[in-house]
Amino acid sequence: MTRTVLTVDDSRTMRDMLRMALAGAGFNVVEAVDGEHGLEVLSAHRPDVIITDINMPKLDGFGFIEAVRVDDDYRAIPILVLTTESDPAKKQRAREAGATGWIVKPFNPEKLVDAIRRVAA
Amino acid sequence: MDELEAIKVTFFQECEELLADLEGGLLAMEEGAGDLETVNAVFRAVHSIKGGAGAFGLEPLVRFAHVFETLLDAVRSGAVPNTVELAAVLLRASDILADHVSAARGLGDVDMGASAAMAAELETWTDPNASPAAAAPVAVEDAAPAPAPVVDADDAIDDDGLGFVFVPQTISVEAQAADTDLIPANVWTVSIRPKSDLYRKANETALLLRELNRLGPITATLDDSAMPPLEELDPEAAYVTWSVRLETEDDETAIREVFEFVDGDCELEITRGEAPIAAVLTSLLTVAEAPAIVEPPAELAPVEIAALAPVAEITPVAPAAKPAAPAAPTPKATQVEVPGPGQSVIRVDPERIDRLIDLVGELVINQAMLAQRVGEYGIAPSSNLAMGLDELEQLTREIQDSVMAIRAQPVKSVFQRMPRLVREVANMTGKQARLVMDGENTEVDKTVIERLSDPITHMLRNAIDHGLENPEERKAAGKNPEGVVRLAALHRSGRIVIEVSDDGKGINRERVLSIAVKKGLIAPDLQLTDEEIDNLIFLPGFSTADKISDVSGRGVGMDVVKRSVQALGGRISITSRPGQGSTFTLSLPLTLAVLDGMVVDVAGETLVVPLAAIVESLRPKPEEVRPLGPVGSVLAVRDSFVPLIDVGRTLGYRDTSPHPCEGVVLLVEGEDGSRAALVADAIHGQRQVVIKSLEQNYQQVEGVAAATILGDGRVALILDVDATINLRRREGGAPRPTEPTLIAAE
Repeated sequence: MTRTVLTVDDSRTMRDMLRMALAGAGFNVVEAVDGEHGLEVLSAHRPDVIITDINMPKLDGFGFIEAVRVDDDYRAIPILVLTTESDPAKKQRAREAGATGWIVKPFNPEKLVDAIRRVAA
Repeated sequence: MDELEAIKVTFFQECEELLADLEGGLLAMEEGAGDLETVNAVFRAVHSIKGGAGAFGLEPLVRFAHVFETLLDAVRSGAVPNTVELAAVLLRASDILADHVSAARGLGDVDMGASAAMAAELETWTDPNASPAAAAPVAVEDAAPAPAPVVDADDAIDDDGLGFVFVPQTISVEAQAADTDLIPANVWTVSIRPKSDLYRKANETALLLRELNRLGPITATLDDSAMPPLEELDPEAAYVTWSVRLETEDDETAIREVFEFVDGDCELEITRGEAPIAAVLTSLLTVAEAPAIVEPPAELAPVEIAALAPVAEITPVAPAAKPAAPAAPTPKATQVEVPGPGQSVIRVDPERIDRLIDLVGELVINQAMLAQRVGEYGIAPSSNLAMGLDELEQLTREIQDSVMAIRAQPVKSVFQRMPRLVREVANMTGKQARLVMDGENTEVDKTVIERLSDPITHMLRNAIDHGLENPEERKAAGKNPEGVVRLAALHRSGRIVIEVSDDGKGINRERVLSIAVKKGLIAPDLQLTDEEIDNLIFLPGFSTADKISDVSGRGVGMDVVKRSVQALGGRISITSRPGQGSTFTLSLPLTLAVLDGMVVDVAGETLVVPLAAIVESLRPKPEEVRPLGPVGSVLAVRDSFVPLIDVGRTLGYRDTSPHPCEGVVLLVEGEDGSRAALVADAIHGQRQVVIKSLEQNYQQVEGVAAATILGDGRVALILDVDATINLRRREGGAPRPTEPTLIAAE
């Protein structure tokens, strides 16, 4: 069965990059432009894996992850955080919010698919 | 690869938007209106540019964005105070960031010295205590790209695991030497004791085992000795410990990597060799029943384990989490609903819209044709048919307007480049200038937008360079040392009007007049109104500046602006009040897809002459026509002689020209200000026509700009006035005007 990945990023470039890498690896991709939009798309598409940026308007990555984790319907969905942060504190904060794993930008498609495989049942 | 290129295009488009957001936010901060959300948005803009640039390996851009971002992050966290002075620095940094983006795009270069200096300045702001020496390496690095790119530390660790490889090896040499005889080199024992946090983050032991299995065959043993009786079991808690025997050729680093995401969320022990027999025995003996031993063929392992492992995941009832859960998501859900509908944006290939616009153009023509036919049949205006046609006409117009609105864009995209220009020009000329913009959301067709930038740039430069006084002069005149330049856009009677005004000294009419006389542009004894004098600055070859400054530079005067505006079917004029400033007013058609034209007959053909080029139309008297040379003739119009051009002969419709007095003469002005009198047989009147490209449908024809289809279905060529004048000039039939032309601007 084709797995669905939800990508949440305010940058169109990054969404396009993710889509290219994921679609190329046979995933079905749904997109959201910020955390709030992400929660909306989440309920409509029930993705198997979520990839989210941290810095976003409206609802940032931390808030988004927390919101997913308190929802009984979605809390078991693995969430990968996209980060360019050299700051380990940010990664730690994302983990505390409930991130399953992370992908460091800039990523290459293999690394990305590898990370998904590691967290997706 | 094509797809990647397409994304790169998207990236640069996005950069434009982000740079605009960045500048907007910084301008707000400069005015002291930058709240935390503004700072966050500014940070995100730089962050996103850096992120995308990293994906495409645009190193210089990444490096500069990184330094910029670091400072913004410090501002965001409050470590660096958000002040007006800082905003000014950040604005200059944003200009350099924009240069880096352009350079990455292959448009222009970055002044690496300025970039390095700015990077150093940003670093000093980030950490005022940093010694200049600390900033120096950055400068060096920027000037000569170091082989190791500045990427995030995380990444560096991922990519070069050198530190991790070497350190354990050197330490364990002795132990290894002792052990090698006893145990196979490639056997490891991995003990995993997950904490409940591991499951809370949606990590999964079964997946960890599956990953281990990728390194080599595994045998997993589950120790559930800590599992309480069912009635005491907390479904959210973790009770089990896995002991995995792994055979692999990989090293410990590879094994640890499997557990990267669960670091700290489980107790992990990785030891070389078999698990000590004693330990296994104890665990077997302390529990009455034998622990569940999963020992299937390696490939099946994950499947069976998966069935056992997700204790926390299956939980039908979660007593601990339940009470909190319903409360939290509910407000979120309502929040989410609101922005939904407004956000829907469709991205459409511009070619499709262009095609639609073309089709609607045809529809307009077709409708006009139909109306004309019905008129010819003498059908009463009150008849059903005529009334139906009226409705059709109205609908057609509405469709046309709506379709044009799709391609219409706010002039913002042009305006937002101007604050930087004003800053730079003001710096260069030593003036103080503040730009006030109005009507940025005024919409105009995309085809026009693309060509607004140059005239506006010129007018703004002119306003600051020639309009505004020095701060000292302003103070002496009792004005605020900071001059105000206003850029406004508005719609007026079906055209877009751009106004550039300054509160400077206004036009020095005496000087303008004396220069015009000195340069032979006007007769010395000519009486001119103030307005006429002001408009002299649009004459070709006129330049009021005593010396050509860097800014207005390149010897380009306002005549160039006027020409490029006229080429778009626009008009430009100036009003000025001494001591109070000047206002340039530029008006353009809302679209370049339709054109206001004069429909004329020439040798039995119908032609359209662009209305913008026509100064006046007249019927010449015989005494006004003077022969010149063997075939040419000129027309005396008021104070000057203008070459007479028979359009019919120029375009090859006929070999002998009729006498100009038998027809009508259109006095036209070319883009370079040169005038000519075009001879036509008859004038039909003014009409708005839909422009059809001749090049696309046929080929380029000299003297013809484009074509259109008239109401009666006939194709009419749209005359290229400049080309027609030049054609005639090249043939030598019509010399240049014999006297300097002065014409008060229309």
